[in-house]
Parts: sequence; C-alpha cells; structure tokens
Amino acid sequence: MHESGPARGLSRRGFLGLTAAGSVAVLAGCAGRAGVAAVGPPRPGGRLRAAFSGGGAAEVLDPHETDLYIEIARAKALYEKLADYGSDMSPQPRLAERWEASQDLLAWRITLRQAAFHDGRPVRAGDVLASYARIVEPSSSRRAKASLSMIDLPGSRAIDDRTVEFRLKRPYAEFPNALATLGAYIIPEGTTDFGRPVGSGPFRFVSFAPGRNFVAARNPDYWEGTPHLDELEIVVTNDEAARVNALLGGQVEYAHDLAPTSARTHENTGRVRVHRLPLSNFHGLVMKTDRPPFDRPELRQAMFHLVNRDELVRSVLQGSGQLCNDVYGKGYRYYADALPQRTQDLDRARALIKQAGAEGLTIDLDTSGTSTGLKEAALAISDQARQAGLNLNVRLGNKDTYWSDIAKNGVMASYRSGAMPLESHISQRLLTTSTTNNTKWQRPEFDALYQEAQSTADDARREQLYFQMQDQLYREGGFLWWGVSDWIVASAPNVGGIDDRAPANTVDWARYDKVWLA
Amino acid sequence: MTGYVLRRVLLGVAQVLLVMAAVFFLTEALPGDAAVTIAGDNPDPAIIELLREQLGLDEPAWQRLGGWLLGALHGDFGHSLVGPRAVVDIIGSAMGPTLLLAGLTLALLVPLSVVLGMLGAHREGGRIDRLITSGTLGLYSAPEFAMGVLVVTVFAVQLGWFPPTAVGSAGLLANPAVLVLPVFVLLLRPICSLSRLVRAGMIDAQRAEYVRHVRRLGLAPARVRFAHALPNAIAPAVQQLARTTDWLIGGVIVIEAIFVVPGLGTTLVEAVSARDLPVVQGLAVVLAGTTVLVNLAADIAARALAPASEVGR
Repeated sequence: MHESGPARGLSRRGFLGLTAAGSVAVLAGCAGRAGVAAVGPPRPGGRLRAAFSGGGAAEVLDPHETDLYIEIARAKALYEKLADYGSDMSPQPRLAERWEASQDLLAWRITLRQAAFHDGRPVRAGDVLASYARIVEPSSSRRAKASLSMIDLPGSRAIDDRTVEFRLKRPYAEFPNALATLGAYIIPEGTTDFGRPVGSGPFRFVSFAPGRNFVAARNPDYWEGTPHLDELEIVVTNDEAARVNALLGGQVEYAHDLAPTSARTHENTGRVRVHRLPLSNFHGLVMKTDRPPFDRPELRQAMFHLVNRDELVRSVLQGSGQLCNDVYGKGYRYYADALPQRTQDLDRARALIKQAGAEGLTIDLDTSGTSTGLKEAALAISDQARQAGLNLNVRLGNKDTYWSDIAKNGVMASYRSGAMPLESHISQRLLTTSTTNNTKWQRPEFDALYQEAQSTADDARREQLYFQMQDQLYREGGFLWWGVSDWIVASAPNVGGIDDRAPANTVDWARYDKVWLA
Repeated sequence: MTGYVLRRVLLGVAQVLLVMAAVFFLTEALPGDAAVTIAGDNPDPAIIELLREQLGLDEPAWQRLGGWLLGALHGDFGHSLVGPRAVVDIIGSAMGPTLLLAGLTLALLVPLSVVLGMLGAHREGGRIDRLITSGTLGLYSAPEFAMGVLVVTVFAVQLGWFPPTAVGSAGLLANPAVLVLPVFVLLLRPICSLSRLVRAGMIDAQRAEYVRHVRRLGLAPARVRFAHALPNAIAPAVQQLARTTDWLIGGVIVIEAIFVVPGLGTTLVEAVSARDLPVVQGLAVVLAGTTVLVNLAADIAARALAPASEVGR
C-alpha cells in the first residue's frame, strides 16, 4: 500500500543541479515524443482524468495525513505548502514569498504571498502557525512532525497577517527544507473536518469517494494564475496494467507510475506519450554497521566493489534509470560529484572479503515485493556476490511490514528511497538520533559535521562539510546506492504542459494547474 | 421442514461466528499490525508505539475480539483502524458494485445454463451436444485472470468495442457498457459447470421411469421436458449454483482488480494488507453470512424441487 517513500520534490529550474541527468532527461523526453505528434498550444477547458494507485476505502483528504503519491497529488491540487522542492531539491518559495534568517540561524522571518483560501479568506500568519501546531501536537503521528519538531512553536509568533517569525530549537541553515516537507500544508485556522476541504491551491474541491475518485474544479483566483483545465479528476486504479488499459481506452488522460516494459511497449505506437521523470527513485542496499558481519568496514567495501551497477541498471531498472555511486542524492544540491565513479572490481572485492575474514561466509539478504525492483535487485546482487566468493542468501519478507522489519532485524536488506534533499536524508537516516537509521550509522564526529553544516550561513563552507560527510559514507558507509530510476508517467497525445524533468513529488510533478488538453 | 430450517439457521449462525473468530486470529497471526502498516516506510518506533496506543492495539487479542463481537451484537461494527470511516460505511459503499456484478452474473447464468444444458441433452451425443461439451470443457480450464487480461486486450484495447476498465465517477449503472466484459468473464466458468450438470440431470431424468410413464400417457414432448424432467434435473444444479455463489466471491476479487471495480474484493484485499481488523471482520461477517444464506436457500429449494431424492439432509 505504501508506495511512496519519504519522497519529495523538483521544479522547472531543473537544470541547476542536473549534470548528466539533465541531458538524459532531455533525450528521454525526445524518445517519448518519437511516436506522437507535438501537442497544440495551451488552451483553457476540459477535464483531465488521472489514474493513480490508491490507498483504499480508508483514504482521507486531510493534507497532513498525506503519504502515498495519490494523496500528495490530491493535496497539492487543493492546498499549498510555504515552500516546495526544485529540481535539485533546493527549496523554492510557494506560499512564502521569501524568508530570511537571523545571524545565529535560530530565528526565521517568513513573508507570506498574497493568497486566498477557496472561501475567500486571505492566507494569514495565524493559519500557518495553526497548521504547524496541528502537525506536531503530541497525539500526532503525522509524517511532517519529525521535520517541524525543531520549531519552538510557543516561541514563534505572527508579527502581522503576512509575516511569521519562527523560533527554532537549534540553528538550522536549511530550515526552508522543513517548510517544503511532505505533508506540511497550510490549512485555514480551526479546520477540523475535511469532508469539504478548503485550501489555497489551484483547484477547488468538488467531490470525493474514498478509494474511487476525486474531482476538483479550477480556482480562478489562484495567485499564480488560473489553471487551463476546467476540472481535474483523480481516479484510483491499483493495477498497473489497468492504468495502461484505461489510458489506451481513452478513459483517462494521465497514468501515473508505469513499468518500464509497458512504457517500451506503447511509446512508439503513437497512442500515448511517455514521460520519464529522472532522479525519482533511488535503489540500494542497507548494511547494518553495528553488528557482524557488516561491522567490519572491509566487508562493506567489498560489497561496494563486487556490485555490477551497469548490469543492475540494465536488468532491474530495464534501462529506465542511471548509475549511482553509493552515495545518496545524485543530481541534487550538495551532491558530491567529485567522488570517482566505482565500477565492479572482483579482485579487490575478494581481497577485502579476505581481510574481513568473511571468505565462504553465508549472509542473509532481506528483501520483499513491497516495491518494484527490490526483489530483482537482491537476486541479481546475490549472483554477483557469488563471483567474489560471498554467499548472499536472499530471504523474501512480508511486503506489508517490510520497512519496519528491516529497521529492527537482519544485517542487510534491499532498500529504496524517493527524492529528498541531502539534508533530510542525513537527518532522518544517518545521525545518532535519527528515527529510521537502518544502517545503524551512529558516529558523533559525523553528527558534528551535520550540526556544523546547519550552523553556518556560509554556503561554500556548507558545501565542503557536505562533501566530507559524503566522502566518509562513500568510503565506509552502510548504504550502497547502485542506481536511481526514472518515474514513468504516460499521458494521452493531446495532453500538454507535463514537465519531463520533475522527479516524483517535486513541485512540478503532478502539477495539473500547468497542464492543458489540446 | 420448519425444524430442518431452524436447525440450519442455528448452524449458520454458529458457522458465521466460527469464521469470524478464525479470520480474526488468522489476521492476528500475520506479521505486523495496523500501526506498522500505517507507518509504512517511515517506521519510527516512537510513532508506531503512539499509534498502537491510540488504536487500542496494545490490548490483548481476545479482549479486542470480545469487544468487537459485543459491538457487533448491537449493530456497531466499529471503525476502520487506518482511517476515520465506520466499517459499515466502508462495506456499504463497496457492496453496491459487487452485488451488481454478482447479481447480473447470476441473473444471466441461470437461464443460459439451463438452455445450454437442455440443448445438449436434447440429442445426447449429437453434433450440438458435442460442440457444447467441447466448448464448455475448454473454457472451464481457463482461469479468470487469464481470461480477463485476454478479453480486455482483444475487445477493449484492440477492437475498442467496450471500455477496458470501470474507472471514473459515473458509477457502474450510469455506463452499462463497462459491465459487459467483467460479467462476461465472470460468467464463463460457472456456465460451463452448471450447463453440464443440467445436461446430465436432464439425460438421467429423461431415462427415469416416471418420465417414461408420462410420455406413455401421450403428453407433448415439450411439456414432458419442461414440466416433468426439468424440475428433477435442476435440483443438483441449484445446489451447484449455491457453490457458484461462494465461488463468485473469489472470482470477483480477481475481476475487480482487473477491471478496477471498487467492490468488496478490492476492499478485502486492502484491509488485509493494512491489517485493518475491524474492516476484515465486517467483511467476514458479510461474506460468511451470504454463503450460509445462499446454501440454505439452495438446499431448501432443492428439497422442494425434488422431495423424493432426499437432498440436503
């Protein structure tokens, strides 16, 4: 059911951090257009129907409960956050017009844009404070709680209707990341019922049947301009084949999350337009660094050298993706591009296995069918490890409880992650206090580097510190990120305005206010 | 007869209770619980603990089952664990599409099977009989999911005669075309088994002494067939029809997934996956209750149709 990682967002200024990725995306975009004529110019009108896999009969429209891609798509149609992520995962202002930090990075002044909720009330500082208070209340288990809990809310205040001053519990140079975090939507103060949701987003609520469909109509007063579409309908279609069939049969104009095989089958028929959104889904392994056998750094390094990343991208991602270099966040802001790309080196891997005293050892590799590619990657890596004399015994776990199981148990597991800034990846997974520290990477000196990076206002210095952290992880970390796959979306040939360079969950992904039916 | 019905009803109630307990403990036996599935890929232990407390999952299993049963006796089936909706509300909205699919299937299934079976039995071993027999045997061996995919590919995606799925807001009745393919696939297998039973029953009945007797009395052949042979012939078919209804529930799960029908099958799969026990329990009551009722009705009908053959004892 949980298809989305703590994945987050991208924008049209996508060229900034996209090195190789940019050109790949452009090429993919061209390939997608090979079989389909160009879309006509933007024109107003029509209803776009989009098919997503859904969350079942228990779905709600409470934007603070968003977790799945479909929930995010619905939430961003109705609501907005103060910020959202650009293509290099840097925060872009949305409901916030601008932000400025105090010298010590402990106080942040946010100036709100002139925007209005669908009922005509202006978006005020009080709405922002109330929304955040609701997310972090003690009884809340909402996803954004972790990112916003560093705000000292009692100490924060509304200076006037369009200015909020946040006090933080510790210096946080990248505080705008928290404003862009998944689920940090601004709702009108005092909202308790989401039967007829009221937000400030580009579409207004029309109707909702949980597990079936959602309809919204254009918001003519949207601050960024009136959407082209009259209406947006999001329908629930859990089966990938059914999403493709619905698109081919003209029942929907947009199908989210296709398998590479479906994309290849249909992209040159002229019946659909395929969009490959780059840098969307990172694939890797987690090795627990606190217990045998992976408490030996040599054995982790052996894994780094025995994996054939090219083969994995070819077979598991079926070519819809690119290589990674064991460090998270390729193409994102602060990513350590300078680290040399690793390739398979079996001799070196064998030597390292010997050093680690792990020759002939059998190690359990946990995986499951909870997300595409986890199982296939585990099997392929187990084959590759055999060539270096390491036996990885692939164990298939329960798909519903997999993430929680591997957090606690085992020594090595298949892993995936959606898009998020490097800062979020580190703070959620790699600090001593991190709540989902699956590699058990708990090192005070590493924590100190992160704290320093968040305590300096100097961008160049922060870049250096990020490089040091990544260099450490590259040499002996517990994550092995071997690839990042595209997120594949398909649309009817007459749909224009879909951004081909926005990773899943970024500002320009599923951005239906920019889409038109030609 | 009254004693028999009463016995069967009491037995049915016991069966439903047993199914509910079994379903509860089977779901309990699955790894993880609703708190874990809600946390998903963000399994922060503190959050999971908090959720367990809020959902009452920290109470012992028997206590939760007892509490749920007590509520159910008062007609309160509780709330979903993963969302704010009441179980009754969730099942109510899922019931419509499934009932429509199953009802349409059954409504077409009975006349079609009887016609095919009688056609086959009309001239045993004749050309029509052989054609029907080979056709039904062939179709019976194709599983629903394969048939479903095939039918969608050919009739919806390639030929474009019917919509490939039932997505959208309009509802099934507003656009009857979306029902054609799912009902067609659902019909295929039960038609095969039922028509063969009707055929066999008819052949036996036509050879039976009482039918020969009425024939000798000079009644019209058609009258003999419909008024005298058929009732006895379809008694076993009626009971098979009841089994078909049970089977339909299984078939519907597959068909709902292929054709995107938000019915009981989809809801059940999702509820089990989310460890949403109250919803699973509610569905178990509905499905077990349906099965018990349908079988009871079938046995009573079979007794009425063929009192001599002592069925359903």
